[in-house]
Amino acid sequence: MSTAERSVAARTAPDRAALTRRVRDVGVYVAVGALLLFNAVFTDNFLELANLRTQLVQVAPVVIVALGIALVIGSEGIDLSVGSVMALAAAVLPLYLGFGLWPAVAMALLAGAAAGVLNGTLVAVVGLQPIVATLALLVAGRGLALVIADGQLKQIRNPDLLALGTDELLGLPVVAWVAVVLAVLIGFTVHRTTYGRQLVAIGGNRAAAQLAGLPVRRVLVVTYVLSGVFAALAGVLATARLTASDPSAIGNLIELSAITAVVVGGTPLSGGRVRVLGTVAGALLMQLLRATLIKHDLPDSTAQMVQAVIILIAVYVAQQRRTR
Amino acid sequence: MTETDAAPVLEVRDVSKHFRGVRALDGVSLSVAPGEVHALVGENGAGKSTLIKVITGVYQADSGEIRYRGGPVTFGRPLDAQRAGISTIYQEVNLIPLLSIARNLFLGREPRRFGLLDVGRMNREATEVLARYGVDVDVTRPLRSMSLGAQQMVALARAVAVDAKVLVMDEPTSSLEPREVQTLFGLVRRLSARGIAVVYVSHRLDELYQLCDRVTVLRDGRVVHTGALAGLDRLRLVSAMLGRDLAEVRRDGVTGFTGDHAARDGEPVLRVAGLRKRHLLHDVSFTVRPGEVTGLGGLLGSGRSETAKAIVGALPLDAGTVTVAGRRLRRPTPRRALRAGVALLPEDRKAEGIIPELSVRENIVLAAMPRLARAGVVSRARQDRIVETFMTRLRIRAASPEQRVGDLSGGNQQKVLLARWLCLNPRLLLLDEPTRGIDVGAKAEVQRLVGELARDGLGVVLISSDLEELVEGADRVVVLRAGAVVGELAGDEVSEPAILATLAAPEEAADEHR
Repeated sequence: MSTAERSVAARTAPDRAALTRRVRDVGVYVAVGALLLFNAVFTDNFLELANLRTQLVQVAPVVIVALGIALVIGSEGIDLSVGSVMALAAAVLPLYLGFGLWPAVAMALLAGAAAGVLNGTLVAVVGLQPIVATLALLVAGRGLALVIADGQLKQIRNPDLLALGTDELLGLPVVAWVAVVLAVLIGFTVHRTTYGRQLVAIGGNRAAAQLAGLPVRRVLVVTYVLSGVFAALAGVLATARLTASDPSAIGNLIELSAITAVVVGGTPLSGGRVRVLGTVAGALLMQLLRATLIKHDLPDSTAQMVQAVIILIAVYVAQQRRTR
Repeated sequence: MTETDAAPVLEVRDVSKHFRGVRALDGVSLSVAPGEVHALVGENGAGKSTLIKVITGVYQADSGEIRYRGGPVTFGRPLDAQRAGISTIYQEVNLIPLLSIARNLFLGREPRRFGLLDVGRMNREATEVLARYGVDVDVTRPLRSMSLGAQQMVALARAVAVDAKVLVMDEPTSSLEPREVQTLFGLVRRLSARGIAVVYVSHRLDELYQLCDRVTVLRDGRVVHTGALAGLDRLRLVSAMLGRDLAEVRRDGVTGFTGDHAARDGEPVLRVAGLRKRHLLHDVSFTVRPGEVTGLGGLLGSGRSETAKAIVGALPLDAGTVTVAGRRLRRPTPRRALRAGVALLPEDRKAEGIIPELSVRENIVLAAMPRLARAGVVSRARQDRIVETFMTRLRIRAASPEQRVGDLSGGNQQKVLLARWLCLNPRLLLLDEPTRGIDVGAKAEVQRLVGELARDGLGVVLISSDLEELVEGADRVVVLRAGAVVGELAGDEVSEPAILATLAAPEEAADEHR
């Protein structure tokens, strides 16, 4: 009796739906605003430039990784390998620093792109589930990085690379600028390019997209490549800030922070929608939340539990929409 | 067995079931005697699945009563029905492929010794049980190593082993080979001889006549016919299923078709030859000329939708060729088919058509987007022009082009999908049930549009379960049964009685393909 069931599913309880839609659409911004306000009043020295700068520098890699993952999630996929790809980039980087900063960065990003091609091919051509395909690289990627780096932490002495981690432009750290520029670029890509709209359509209804002749495989592979390149870039920037290439520690568990940022930012895990600004706000929210709790002397474990609550709320709101 | 010689073991009395206002079952009654094989038939959305789910405890009836072995019963969940002796075998085997055959057979009632699984005894008994059903296998192998037919046997053996009194079989043969079907039937007959009542759901008329004693026909949630199957004319059965009364087959033009188009001479826009796909298609061939509406007729499961999907490459074929305007479509994919000018309006609008979260505008331009972009950047101005043109032409009623498509009515969603294809200027449109589930007004509009498109020289393939629509809309009707063409009607031959007669003709041509 599929007809009846379907028409039931289409029926909406307008008030409830409108409310959850509203929470999903503006909730994260309101929360960020409220946290800033709270800290302005109750936290000493919070609004000082030094503190804000620290917050931005810390959140930037998460934002960059999350932007890539937001695209993947929009395609109804997931990318768990980003942390390992960061490690891979960090391991590749020092090998080519002898040729100068930019060739080394290019090689690191190329490693990220290769990882993306592998992920994308496993998902789009072989047909593996994204969580399994990228889990493979999550495990193998860091192993490979450690092999490349010989298991060693390498000090970085290249002044150009170190400058990436410490320099500022118009009062903002370079790392934060990179995140801002990428957010703008990805926003434009998602909303205004053929690729971006096709990505959203594929995530929204893959069978329909296929029948409409969309280049489904190509779009999916490009998406995983972007995610890989962004992760590699985050790896380069994190290495610059650490002043050392440390493939065993860099990017550990960042996939979870990034996915959290995406989900809290209102991008549904079921795909078909990418919220770029929301993702940035989601990352900021989690960062501010943690900073706030720590500054008020709450232990890290409490901070983690509060984060968990926020994630549950975000997923609940997303779920409401889907089962409606 | 007949209905008079025993008290019914299962009786459904005046059962209704609503899904938030949508009526799925409306005062349905059904009674099955021990040892009787009772066919339950009906087209899509007739309420068969709902009825089965009410009987097996998946749903609870809103009103009415289920009586089992003489008393009223309420099954809160499927397990209750199973424990009481009502076993169900679904279309797809629902066993656990990686466990051994024996484990599957004894799942949930494994023989135990000292609290542990008695594997030896389980395997011994499984071998015995299956041997009785004519299945001779190593029961320690994983279930998935068996053929689907043999798996179906295990499912059946399992259902019976739990001391079933009633066996509900929901299209058990849909993925079986002909030989396996015969073995299955043999088994069902033996079960019925042991006094087990069987409720058998299938669209395959020949199977019903081979196996079943009585039949109940559902349509739109109501029982439209019930009685003995022997002596029931095939034609009458088919017309009951489709809701056509033979006595009053009208030709009064209630559909929106204009009928003023005619095939043009020259090269066929589509030539399909020898399409084959295991279990689904067995040699389908036909041609479509420009300016002509070719209907594909047939009952549910006859291979109409599969044919359409195969043409656009959405269903991989085992054999066969598709030629569009004289050029063979090699290794067809939806993308290549679209490039050749062939578009499919899919049957399942929600699952394969609309992208619900996107706007009307984006759904319309979905396929044409690359053509409406500059250097990969979407041009809103160009999109808006196209969207406006088609929203006006097809009278798409939406608050604005930016409204979510998921919020539109079914009819408007269908028009959005039509617009998606029309803005590509196709040569050939395949329309799979274009008016199903849309309101009367939109239906007439869609039908009128189909006529207009054909008059403009498009080739149209129209798939419809609505005979009236088929007769009035199509210039020619190709009738399919069991994945093979069993007849082709043209000109004055295209009439409801003729289509019904072709549908109901005893299986000969189709048999040799199966």
